[in-house]
Amino acid sequence: MNNFDYVKATDVAEAINGIASNNDAQYIAGGTNLIDLLKYNLTDAEVLVDVNHINSNHNIEETEDGGLKLGAFETNANTAYHPLIEERYPLLSKAILAGASAQIRNMATNGGNLLQRTRCYYFYDANTPCNKREPGSGCSAKLGYNRIMAIMGTSEHCIAVFPSDMCIALAALDAVVNISGPDGERSLAFNDFHRLPGDTPHLDNNLQPGEIITSIDLPPKGFAQNYSYLKLRDRNSYAFALISVATGLELEADYIKEARIALGGVAHKPWRVKEAEEFLAGKLPTRENFAAAAEIIIQGAIPYEFNSFKIELAKRAIVRNCMMALHPETQLPGAQPSA
Amino acid sequence: MQTDFSSGTSPQTIPNTRNISLNINGTTRTLQVTPYVSLLDGLREYLDLTGTKKGCDHGQCGACTVLCDGKRIVSCLTLAVMKDGSQITTIEGIATEEGLHPLQKAFIDHDAFQCGYCTPGQICSAIGMLQEGKAQTREDVKELMSGNLCRCGANTNIIDAIMEVKNGDHHE
Repeated sequence: MNNFDYVKATDVAEAINGIASNNDAQYIAGGTNLIDLLKYNLTDAEVLVDVNHINSNHNIEETEDGGLKLGAFETNANTAYHPLIEERYPLLSKAILAGASAQIRNMATNGGNLLQRTRCYYFYDANTPCNKREPGSGCSAKLGYNRIMAIMGTSEHCIAVFPSDMCIALAALDAVVNISGPDGERSLAFNDFHRLPGDTPHLDNNLQPGEIITSIDLPPKGFAQNYSYLKLRDRNSYAFALISVATGLELEADYIKEARIALGGVAHKPWRVKEAEEFLAGKLPTRENFAAAAEIIIQGAIPYEFNSFKIELAKRAIVRNCMMALHPETQLPGAQPSA
Repeated sequence: MQTDFSSGTSPQTIPNTRNISLNINGTTRTLQVTPYVSLLDGLREYLDLTGTKKGCDHGQCGACTVLCDGKRIVSCLTLAVMKDGSQITTIEGIATEEGLHPLQKAFIDHDAFQCGYCTPGQICSAIGMLQEGKAQTREDVKELMSGNLCRCGANTNIIDAIMEVKNGDHHE
């Protein structure tokens, strides 16, 4: 890790100015990913602008439309355990608590969770080519050990997956990302925030230089009656997902009125397929219907040498998690299979 | 700016250093650090508080767990300058004049270690977990302690020790 200068911002405008005044400045919030990347010399900065002391956007607040606003600088732990999140958005709470460790959730912020980098082995190994780390150098994962890599939405330049759990729930919940920057404020639908690798795998998301996430809006519908988050991984806890699924179901007279299904561990962004959710609307919540929806979601998957197991695993995880959503009270710690 | 040792500049005058103040185990300590010094290195290398261990230095093992303003964190993934003014509790600060902390006693009683390297982090993490009050069952405790690895494999005894303290069963 190289040395850098360090300043504390006390409001959002000051933070944005701090970044604008130096091309090699970076924001730091929880630091749980950025400091790791700095230690591996995978990124560097002349200045770190600390946003933890900004005098706003630390809270979970109710919004006029009946939803919630999550402050970007609130920690993942305080968000997951907030009474309004536990009561109205338990899917989000479960997903957050399936990620990282308790210590890291006490440090990591909501905004930072969206901005974490992939844990692709080759991205983290500076001795190997990686188009995400060094555009044009090549992708080592395609012909390498690609067991953890993506099966959907890949490009010839990058097959990395986005590692967040929290964001899989936020995608399912149709969250909105609120952003401030040198040119003012704007909002992005969650599905428009993260990018597919395409020809620009070095860009994880659509945040522009100098912009900062200030908050995340949750719409009123939280699927608190029928929801589930399932995370399948190589250890029972404290490991990134091979496959994860967030499901929210709204049932009416035994039928599915609305379904939301988002997948982690399969793509460069949280993966949602509207056609599958529309297929389920008006149908009975049966194993057969969920299996048919899973086929629609996984249609077109492209496996690599060591990750073809993810296709079958994803289909089964979708069915299992949708069935678990019918009995959310049976969920186990760590988002393990239940029901 | 790079320090130019050849010009006779003392190696001690590293640019960008700043004075920070940490309340550690009830005592205010000041230290002069460059921004890139992690809280873990600040504790170990600047204050000689070597009870907090450096395992992986990447947030993966939990050996460096301390309590910062009452919350358990991994001290390797935060900068000392970011914690200026904070209250830090390390393994050195949990025993009292009356004796060991109940978790320290329980770890001894249950032989909850082999090499002992992960123990300070395990105990600080367990203190934080019990204060959080979210664990109801043994399975909850296992899940909420998963950020602390024990490569000797003493996990069963570690969880036993924590469960004893959590259930208030600890006897003198």
